[in-house]
Amino acid sequence: MTIDIGFKRIYETSCVVKSNMAINREYQLMVLDAPARILDCEPGQFFHLLCPSKGDLNPYFRRPMSIYGYYPDAGELHFLYKIAGEGTAALASLEPGENLNVVGPLGHGFEIRDDWQNLMVVARGVGLATLAPLALKAQQLGRKLTAICSARSPEVLMSIDHFRELGAKVIPVTDSEGTSSVQNLERLIEQQITNVGVDAFYTCGSSRILHLLQSMCARYDIPGQIALEQQMACGVGMCQCCVRSFRRNGGIVNERVCKEGPVFDLQEAIA
Amino acid sequence: MTNLSVTVGSLRLENPIMPASGTFSEDLAKIFDIGVLGAHVTKTITRDIRGGNPTPRVCEVRGSMLNSIGIPSKGVDYFKSEVIPFYNQYDTPLVVSISAGSADEFARLCEDVSVPGVAAIEVNISCPNIEADGKAFAMRPSTTEEVMRKLRSATDLPLWAKLSPNTGETTEVALAAEGAGADALVVANTLLSMAIDIRSRKPKLGNLMGGLSGPGLKPITLRMTYQCAKAVDIPIIGCGGISTVEDVIEYLIAGASAVQVGTATFIRPTAMVQIIRDLAAYVESQGLASVSDLTGSIRDEEASDGIVFLEAAQ
Ligand SMILES: Cc1cc2nc3c(=O)[nH]c(=O)nc-3n(C[C@H](O)[C@H](O)[C@H](O)COP(=O)(O)OP(=O)(O)OC[C@H]3O[C@@H](n4cnc5c(N)ncnc54)[C@H](O)[C@@H]3O)c2cc1C
Ligand SMILES: Cc1cc2nc3c(=O)[nH]c(=O)nc-3n(C[C@H](O)[C@H](O)[C@H](O)COP(=O)(O)O)c2cc1C
Ligand code: FES
Repeated sequence: MTIDIGFKRIYETSCVVKSNMAINREYQLMVLDAPARILDCEPGQFFHLLCPSKGDLNPYFRRPMSIYGYYPDAGELHFLYKIAGEGTAALASLEPGENLNVVGPLGHGFEIRDDWQNLMVVARGVGLATLAPLALKAQQLGRKLTAICSARSPEVLMSIDHFRELGAKVIPVTDSEGTSSVQNLERLIEQQITNVGVDAFYTCGSSRILHLLQSMCARYDIPGQIALEQQMACGVGMCQCCVRSFRRNGGIVNERVCKEGPVFDLQEAIA
Repeated sequence: MTNLSVTVGSLRLENPIMPASGTFSEDLAKIFDIGVLGAHVTKTITRDIRGGNPTPRVCEVRGSMLNSIGIPSKGVDYFKSEVIPFYNQYDTPLVVSISAGSADEFARLCEDVSVPGVAAIEVNISCPNIEADGKAFAMRPSTTEEVMRKLRSATDLPLWAKLSPNTGETTEVALAAEGAGADALVVANTLLSMAIDIRSRKPKLGNLMGGLSGPGLKPITLRMTYQCAKAVDIPIIGCGGISTVEDVIEYLIAGASAVQVGTATFIRPTAMVQIIRDLAAYVESQGLASVSDLTGSIRDEEASDGIVFLEAAQ
């Protein structure tokens, strides 16, 4: 009997933790030893992690986490995360050599169309984790990428080096230096559009940045994509808990972040 | 391969493990071969296209969860043209879960989905009945009987009634469903619950209240399974908090002929595969001729008679 499931496979797999440590005051980097079959990923996709029970920490649901890096040759899967509550605290307690059960790769990632040569990323905080694999993909495809990386202060501004290594031009902005205001972002983006040209924008999370990009993309008629978050239970499309509303064809539609997303059209997104 | 087959009324299942409605979809086929399951049970559908409840629709509570998903539905036409054909690629029996706000509407939908490719109909009578102040049909014997009679005359397919743990009259409701022609009982749906974020003082669910499922529900639905099995002669399908083979065995001993696994699939998408494998190992190690030897094998002796009608523990 051949069954047409009509889509790519998803795996539930146990991976060994290679390393898991703080990279600055706010963020942790976890590297897993992962089998090649789960590393056929797209930038913007995520995994659903079964955070361990440790001491007082007993997270029940899995926790969704963007793929920060996937390296089939090295057999590695990377996550960059911020400790937010019970689940991520339990995740941070994992020592090298321990196992972590993961489900993925999940969802639909970012798209880079053939005629998009100049790409621009605008992201803040841990959202940069979601966009890092896009920089690698852009490099592999020979596209130019400029990233405006925003954070509270230079110390917690991460991924800059990572983006630079991947050949991206990085424009860091921070709250503490007063460079991350919407007005300044608008000025920087406008410069990029007029001096170099931008074929597509990519962002995630922040509603301030979403609003800014929605108006600029409409003004200059440039397409954009956004990665969104929503609380999840199943992570694969079964339970319908992760819906968000989107503007489409003059009305409002509900879509599942885990399945139709987490990447959506920028103009359809509602903060 | 060990024989794990069971029968639920006239329906033969390869094994007693099937998914619970609302915790399963075609998507799971991306993770494992869903052809290994005893049956496929779809998310409850309603006639109309519906949106479901406000978010957040789920939250976790110590080792269990609450949900207020509601019943978002793409409607009957989509169901017939897309969902049924997908599942009919498998030999596995397809069980369709339906719901409606009135007994007559329920019966019409039941007739509508009684089509080739559907092996049984599970009726979610634990949903609110608009004609009874929003109280679920399965809250009372009288409303259960009324809706089950109409459903019975609407279909010749096996009819499974899904009961609610929110009633104080489990045995009476079970008897009413049986009397009105149900072929099996699914015991049970989620238990009405609540959780509040103490920092914001806001309810954790957008809908204020929702249904408890997962391991925390198990002692309650296991108790109901026992009560129902004592009271009726039709088969019971146990459901609530099952995540391991030990949980399954417990339900079978209490009187279930088969079981449904829900929330556990969210935590371990391959949970049902593991359970089937473990059940085969158990049946073999115990030298059982059939899984059904376990059904109702509880050693409750004389204690049972008075206790089945107990609704409140002292
Ligand atoms: C597709 C996707 C990708 C993500 N990628 C990353 C990433 O790369 N790095 C990172 O640090 N974080 C990421 N997040 C957010 C991350 O999932 C949450 O920070 C995490 O679930 C918090 O769990 P907790 O137990 O520590 O916090 P708690 O607040 O205790 O969590 C309670 C519940 O709310 C849920 N929850 C809380 N915050 C979020 C959130 N922002 N999004 C979704 N669910 C949430 C939790 O999963 C849990 O079910 C991503 C979220 C999504 C949906
Ligand atoms: C997210 C979610 C959605 C559900 N949707 C339905 C539904 O549409 N119809 C129904 O009869 N039961 C529904 N249920 C109840 C389950 O089928 C099952 O009765 C209940 O979750 C108890 O089993 P469990 O503890 O194994 O999850 C749902 C449960 C969950 C968690
Ligand atoms: S998390 Fe279950 S449908 Fe998205």
